[in-house]
Parts: sequence; structure tokens; C-alpha cells
Amino acid sequence: MSGMMKFEGKGVYGAYAIGKISIFKRADNDVAQKQISDPEAELERVSAAKEKAVEQLQAIYEKALKEVGETNAQIFEIHMMMIEDEDYNESIENIIRGQSVNAEYAVNETAENFAHMFASMDDAYMQARATDVRDISNRIIACLSDENIDEGFPDEKVIIFADDLAPSETVSLDKEKVLAFVTAYGSSNSHTAILARNMNIPAVIGVGEDFAAEVRNGVLACVDGYKGEVILDPDPETLAEMKKKLAGDLEKKQLLLELKGKENITVDGTSVKIYANIGGLDNIGAVLANDAGGIGLFRSEFLYLENDDYPTEEQQFDAYKKVLESMVNKKVIIRTLDIGADKQADYFKLDKEENPAMGLRAIRICLTRPEIFKTQLRALFRASVYGNLGIMFPMITSVSELKKIFAICDEVKASLKEEGIAYNEDTEMGIMIETPAAAVISDRLAPMVDFFSVGTNDLTQYTLACDRQNSKIESFCDTHHEAILRLIEMSAVNAHKNGAWIGICGELAADLTLTETFLRMGIDELSVSPSYVLKLRDKVRSIDLKA
Amino acid sequence: MKQFNYTIKDAVGIHARPAGQLAKVAKECGSTVTIEKDGKSVNATKLMMLMGMGIKCGDTITVTVEGETEEAAAKAIEEFLTANL
Repeated sequence: MSGMMKFEGKGVYGAYAIGKISIFKRADNDVAQKQISDPEAELERVSAAKEKAVEQLQAIYEKALKEVGETNAQIFEIHMMMIEDEDYNESIENIIRGQSVNAEYAVNETAENFAHMFASMDDAYMQARATDVRDISNRIIACLSDENIDEGFPDEKVIIFADDLAPSETVSLDKEKVLAFVTAYGSSNSHTAILARNMNIPAVIGVGEDFAAEVRNGVLACVDGYKGEVILDPDPETLAEMKKKLAGDLEKKQLLLELKGKENITVDGTSVKIYANIGGLDNIGAVLANDAGGIGLFRSEFLYLENDDYPTEEQQFDAYKKVLESMVNKKVIIRTLDIGADKQADYFKLDKEENPAMGLRAIRICLTRPEIFKTQLRALFRASVYGNLGIMFPMITSVSELKKIFAICDEVKASLKEEGIAYNEDTEMGIMIETPAAAVISDRLAPMVDFFSVGTNDLTQYTLACDRQNSKIESFCDTHHEAILRLIEMSAVNAHKNGAWIGICGELAADLTLTETFLRMGIDELSVSPSYVLKLRDKVRSIDLKA
Repeated sequence: MKQFNYTIKDAVGIHARPAGQLAKVAKECGSTVTIEKDGKSVNATKLMMLMGMGIKCGDTITVTVEGETEEAAAKAIEEFLTANL
């Protein structure tokens, strides 16, 4: 190998690592076919090996239970069940008896047959099960030959490289000695990937055969688990850059540690809620990890954009219930369908529009096609009993729209009541302030709702008549424009006069140069992407409004 | 014999973990539990074959329970499916 080389894979856990590569060696088991004369003796060897394998798996299960939790440890329980599987054992027995061959060969053949069955399925999730079958079979084969497959680790901290890591191998790794792991194959659906995420080990999988051919034991490497990149033998410049990133990452984690659990309170004692914006269930982990006080904007669009057809009430209910339960009584504000403009789903069959930002979108679609809206509202109200839900409507411009919305809500609630389905009568109802119209008549809208949430991206584009996707007019699009700040302040005053609270969930919420301005306006809540929560908390804690 | 249909609601379908749990419930219930989809059927205690059916979200399976405990067993299986899949 000469010079620096970069390889792309899939990052399954975001973090950096710099260190020497250690190639993971597994016991090289001899599975060659040998003729035997006493099948009963072979079968006894198999049953002794199985017993030993189950014992080992029990130990791994217990280690996993401590390190990655019950849900993730369950896979090893499944492995134990797979070892006892009737068809699997019948296959081993048939091969030994029918062909008069050795146990190692029979187990390996059986593993290949079952792995082949899984690998040929058209479902990525099931394809990953092939690894599980091979994993348990290799363990049995190792037990047959009395070799221990879980040993042979170097003394210093290293980046582990393997063709593929079986789940049991991943958990068996001594966390204290592993900087990162890199695999040539494997999918992000594999249990190994899931375990890596839970063990907080930076990991890049599927870097490919070329990597496998180039990599040598002891070579220096940089792993970027965010980008899914592995650099072998980095040049001094790259190495320095990676060291800086690594240090920055550690600093961020330190900040997290220091600020976690602290209040969002200014020097003079003004407090503000800091919530997180998310666009799918995958982000809930990040919300909790960054210690957000709730979810200020849950974009429900992903349910529509990920599907080829309208998501059913059950699908939506499941998703809403999941987020509410995960947040355990912390506020979760779910915004109803905000599709149209730059977010399109084919099955809605929306006409092409000259000016989609001002076209049939968001609440306008819901009011034009109430059956779509009702399905979502039913799912939301049904989920409302599982946590602290707020429902928020986008793109509001008038009082009459809001009246129509509430009439539909009442209809939905009445039919739930009739069917004897529970919902929370006190579910907070709010609207986005993202059109200048809504801000200007905020005195009329505030008495009708529990809260406002300012969507600064659309509010900016509509107020300044600036297309936010047109880079040529960027210099005209001053996001700190006085007009926008006045509209926000006006909405805040009107909200508070009428007993409603007001938050900001657009990009400006994360703009630290405006935090003090927003606090002076009396903004009650700021909702930002999860990774900004602690930076914003840090900023809030440095502000003194009396100074 | 007890028989009922069930439509899978879990987003990933009968994958490893729930298949393992289902096999466990089927083993402990004392009756023979058969799962059928698209003309293919499998004994629910057979974990590998059960996973091999590739039952996905939206698929409707037919569950047949036969044996002395079939009444209670069918109920247990149905409860398990509703709660987990």
C-alpha cells in the first residue's frame, strides 16, 4: 500500500476514531468433508457441542443484557432457540446419517442451506438473518473442535476490522479496547449495526472488498462514523484535520455532560423551554440524548412521504403513540400534514403549480380533502391518551380556516366518543405563525388556541417576498429583518394577552445571536434540531436580561 | 380445531425477535399451532421456517390451532399477535 486511501461505507454510529487497525481473526475451522463410520458418535459430538454453545451464548446474553439492554440482548436468546430448532437439527442429523460424514461438515452444510434461504428472500431485514444462522453454526463448529472463538485481542486500543462481525462477536468485543469497528460487508439492518449504536462504538460497515485487500494489521486509520468514511494511512494534513474533528466531538460530548440536566435559565432567572424538532421516529433517541424538554415540532410528513399510498389510521396511530410513549409525559407537538410546495408525494396527485409556495399545500389540502385530514386527526386523538400531546396546524391565514378546522376536530371527537374510544379532552391545540396574515391578526387567533409556534422559514419568505430556494436573491433575504422581528413580537404580545403561550420552531430559534432578543420578547419556548439543544442551553445560561 | 386470520401491523413483519417469541408461545401452549400464508404453511414452533416465510407488514396469515388446549391456546396466540405484531 502506498499513500493515503479513502474508503466509503455506511456509518452506523456517529463518532470519530484515530488508531491502528487490528484485523479480527476468527478461529479457522476445518469444515472439510470426512467419511466416518460411526454416525452415533458424531451425533453425540454434535449434542455436546450444542450444549457448550448454548452455555457460551447464555454468558454472552448476560453480558449484552448489562451493556446494551434487554431488547438488544434478546437476539442471543433467539440464537439459543435457533440452535434447538427442529428443522436445523434434523438437517444436521440427516446429513451425518445419510452421507456418513463428520459433524463439522454437516453443521456447515446446514448453515449454508439455511443462510441461502434467508439470503434469497426479497426483504433486506430477513437477508440479514443469514448472518445469524452462520454465527450460531460457527459457534457449534468451534465447540466441536474445542477452539475458543472469542479470544485473541491485542493489548492497546485499536480499530477492529473484520469481513463481517457476527452479533455475538460484536458483543464479545472488549469495549475498553475498541476504538471503532469497520467491516467489509454487512447491512445497516444487521443486529451488529444495532448493537454498535447501543454500545456507542463508532462504526462503518460495508467498506468493500478493495478495503479488505488493502488493509494491513497495524496501519494507522481514521474512522468517520458520521460520513461513513475510513481513511487508511492518512497524510499529515488529513490526520491533523481528523484530530481536530475528534477533539471538537469530544468537547461537544463534554459540553453535553456538563449541561445535561441543567435548567434553561438566564443569569437573572428568566426561564425558557428548549424543545427539539424532529422529522421521524428515528430521531427520538437524539432528542432524549440531548436532553430536550419536549418535542416542539414533530413533522408528520414522513408518514406520507415514505409511503406509496395514504398512511392508514393504524399506521399513524402507531407512530404517534410510539413518540408519545417514548417521551414519557414530556410535551410532544405534532404538526398535521404539511405537504405541497417543496414536499411532494405522487399519490396525492397534486397538479403542477406555477407558484407552489403559495399554492395548494398544508392545511389547504386538509380543508379541501377532509377525509385525509380526518384520518390523521382520529389517529392523533386516539394517541392523545398515551402522553402529553399538542396538535398544531400549519399555514393558517384566517379565523374562518381555524373555525373550519375546529368543526372537523369536534366531528372526529364526537365519533370517537360514540365508538367508545378514549381521547384526551385537554389536548393542547395550536397553530403555526408562518404567514404575515396570521401574525397581523394574532389578536383574533390567540383567543381560539392554546399556543402559537412561529415558523420563521416561511414567515421570512412570505414577509420579504424572497424564495428561500433561490440562491441568487440571498442578499435580499435578511433573516434578521425588522419586519420579521416585529411580526414575532406582535404575535408574542397577543398570545400572552389571551393566555396562550408562544414558541419558535423555525431556523431562527437556533440563531444564537437572536436568543436574547427572543427572550426579551417573552418567547416561552424555542424548538431546535436535537444537536442544537445544549448549545442553546449554554447560550441562555450566559444571558443577563437585567444587565 | 380453532382457526382465525390475522393481518400483520408491525412495520418489519415477523422478524427474528417476534418470531422467537411466537415460537416460544406456540411451544408452551400445548397444542399444535400452524401458520399459513399464500398456500405455504409452517408449524409455529419451527423458528427458522417461520422466519423463512418472510411474513411482512400487511400480510394476512391464517392461524390454525389443534389439540386439547386449543381453546385457550388460540386465545393466547391471538393475544400475542395483537400485542406484538
